[in-house]
Amino acid sequence: MAAAVQTPADAGETKSWDLDPVLTVEHLTMRFGGLVAINDLSFNVGRGEITALIGPNGAGKTTVFNCVTGFYKPTEGRIAMRHGLGQQAQTVSEVTHSSLKWKPSPEGAVFLLERMPDFEISHHAKVARTFQNIRLFGGMTVLENLLVAQHNPLMRASGFTLGGILGLPGFRKAEQASIDKAVYWLEQVRLIERADDPAADLPYGDQRRLEIARAMCTEPHLLCLDEPAAGLNPRESHELNELLQFIRREHGTSVLLIEHDMGVVMEISDHIVVLDYGVKISDGDPAAVKTDPSVIAAYLGVEDEDLAEKPEVASIVVEALGEEAAEEAGIEIPPARKNGGDK
Amino acid sequence: MAAVNNAAVNTAAVDPNSLQASLKDALLAALLAGALGLFFLGIRTDIAPGGLAVRTRWGLLLTAMAIVFAGRLLLNLFVFKTKRPVTRAISGSMAGTGSALPTLGWWMGRGLFGFALVLPFFFMTFFPGQQRQYIDLAILIMTYIMLGWGLNIVVGLAGLLDLGYVAFYAVGAYSFALLATNFEFIGFWTALPLAGLLAAFWGMILGFPVLRLRGDYLAIVTLAFGEIIRVVLLNWYDFTGGPNGISGIPKPTFFGLEFSRGEGGFADFFGIEFNSIHRFVYLYYIIFILAIITNIVTMRLRRLPIGRAWEALREDEIACRSLGINTTNTKLTAFAIGAMFGGFAGSFFATRQGFISPESFTFLESAIILAIVVLGGLGSQIGVVIASIVMIGGIELLRNIGFLSQIFGPGFDPTQYRMLIFGLAMVLIMVWKPRGLVSTREPSAVLKEKKKIGADMVAQGEGH
Ligand SMILES: Nc1ncnc2c1ncn2[C@@H]1O[C@H](COP(=O)(O)OP(=O)(O)O)[C@@H](O)[C@H]1O
Ligand SMILES: [Mg+2]
Repeated sequence: MAAAVQTPADAGETKSWDLDPVLTVEHLTMRFGGLVAINDLSFNVGRGEITALIGPNGAGKTTVFNCVTGFYKPTEGRIAMRHGLGQQAQTVSEVTHSSLKWKPSPEGAVFLLERMPDFEISHHAKVARTFQNIRLFGGMTVLENLLVAQHNPLMRASGFTLGGILGLPGFRKAEQASIDKAVYWLEQVRLIERADDPAADLPYGDQRRLEIARAMCTEPHLLCLDEPAAGLNPRESHELNELLQFIRREHGTSVLLIEHDMGVVMEISDHIVVLDYGVKISDGDPAAVKTDPSVIAAYLGVEDEDLAEKPEVASIVVEALGEEAAEEAGIEIPPARKNGGDK
Repeated sequence: MAAVNNAAVNTAAVDPNSLQASLKDALLAALLAGALGLFFLGIRTDIAPGGLAVRTRWGLLLTAMAIVFAGRLLLNLFVFKTKRPVTRAISGSMAGTGSALPTLGWWMGRGLFGFALVLPFFFMTFFPGQQRQYIDLAILIMTYIMLGWGLNIVVGLAGLLDLGYVAFYAVGAYSFALLATNFEFIGFWTALPLAGLLAAFWGMILGFPVLRLRGDYLAIVTLAFGEIIRVVLLNWYDFTGGPNGISGIPKPTFFGLEFSRGEGGFADFFGIEFNSIHRFVYLYYIIFILAIITNIVTMRLRRLPIGRAWEALREDEIACRSLGINTTNTKLTAFAIGAMFGGFAGSFFATRQGFISPESFTFLESAIILAIVVLGGLGSQIGVVIASIVMIGGIELLRNIGFLSQIFGPGFDPTQYRMLIFGLAMVLIMVWKPRGLVSTREPSAVLKEKKKIGADMVAQGEGH
């Protein structure tokens, strides 16, 4: 049964994320002592797309983020970030065989993230991230949070502090520009009224949005969001969707997203990668992933074969993924549901 | 221990103001004091002809017990066993004044600055008899203000607890002393920047090993660094003079004019009568200007990306790195700039004293500077000023309290109790204002309306 659902329609065609990947993760392995948190993981993130990384708790999603953003050094594997169109295979292989961390290419540049320290990944490779447990500068104002995010351009403008101490006009201009940019993002996340309040004073949902705005102030090519909808109410969650789509549409930023809420994932993502116990179990567009039995099994913690035989399991699947998906996956919908009764 | 238990138990008690419980607790404490003091206070052996003689001092023991009883009872009634402890009321009212008068700090800053500007003339006019002593004290306080401001960059802004700050003070002082005594042509004004640079260099040297350290480890390593510098100064006899120190350090000149009597001196040149006070006034203005420069530079830095990065580092280092901030360099600059100001202050110290030795750079000095920063409120510039005046001025004040020896007898020397009083004051302030005297943070950039940020939101950083 499983074989039948394995993307019958797409078998031949090449996916957009394979043709124009902004990020490729290849054979990534991360071990913590004896624990293999990620095992030989490969996937692509398409340029200008929203890619979702999903999987049960402890699957290793945050660990993937930490490897991509340089907070962990991967045990094995290559993580290549590309500025500019296309696969740039030639440059990727050149950098890999040199001792360089990155190299300009005719199309843009190629960065090998596993060789770069975390702050360079943000500064040069232009990968920004948020954290599962929000990490704002709580004692600084909302505006200051966004100015800290523009540290590198401002440092240059301030002549690495000397010009700034002397109050050179070039720095004043750069500072005004940075405030303008902060105001722009505060308007986008609707926090402009709270610009002068300490970040720790904001309610939870606002803090999540502020963290996204702060990440965007670094002008990233790739934005990594670790469970941005966790703890949000449905209205806030809906607003978040719109914000992410706005970011992708207006700024062309590619988004890599860890998310638990299947509703959000199915609605906004172009591409879904599913992890379980550090192994990729599914990869494709939402329609394909939704109907993949191994995904359903992983989410419910049952073996594939048991699935169809247990009506109570089936009803959970239906609830999580919707009737259509369940039916496509070959799960018998329990009669109680079919008749419209909800217990 | 009894205090902790009782305080905890009594929050749940039916009648928190119970006099009976308070009395019982106080009695217990008094008995405990009696038991502990029996051998320490009650019995004493004196050398007598033909051996030792045991002498009993029951009066002293009973007095001690009475003091413990009364103190404990008062504490119980007003702090431990009441629903509204006075300490909370006081801290509440103090917090209230802080937010109700946001401009108070601003006016106080202007007022203190204005006073500091005319201070020598104020003393010369109103206290002609003691002008020298008072100006000297002002110089001392100003030195500590400058040191406090320098350390504030490292501890208050970057949030890196540095227990070895005095090392940079020492490096500055010795750099100046060695340069000035070994090279004829180097005077105070040429040596000053060199000493600052050398101290900054040593700040970087210290910075490297502690970059990876967090929390308590950072504090311990900086403490050790301070001691290493002192021990090296003490033992490198050929270079530093060891425990004998360095003497004959030249005094600063006023554009080449020395403050000496006779031909070619400052007084002679300007055609005024020679007075030894001129030199003190001049020294005062040097340290005043150095301190003001420290303050201006720090305030400027706070509004620059580097200063904001320091504060962000204090708040959350991981978030900083995710935003592309090179935390290594950021920490190093904080150490280096903080150390540089320490070095300037050290040069000034050397030129003022004319003599330096490792004894001036003990851990106690680091502790006092840190206490000034912590008492003043981490990151607060005006707080450092108030704390310096209170602490350094307060200690000196003790020397001049004559009436105490009339009460306690001629042998009473109040300065011997300064550390005790110092400690008590520290405990009291930390109970009332756990985040220091001025604990609000001023935002470094404002869009519409400037709002002060309460201390409870501001992180303290590593090692606190
Ligand atoms: N720094 C670490 N040290 C040891 N084990 C870790 C570390 N980080 C993550 N892990 C382990 O890796 C596994 C995956 O964790 P994580 O990536 O946080 O999962 P997810 O984000 O998918 O819920 C877990 O078993 C976790 O305990
Ligand atoms: Mg996670």
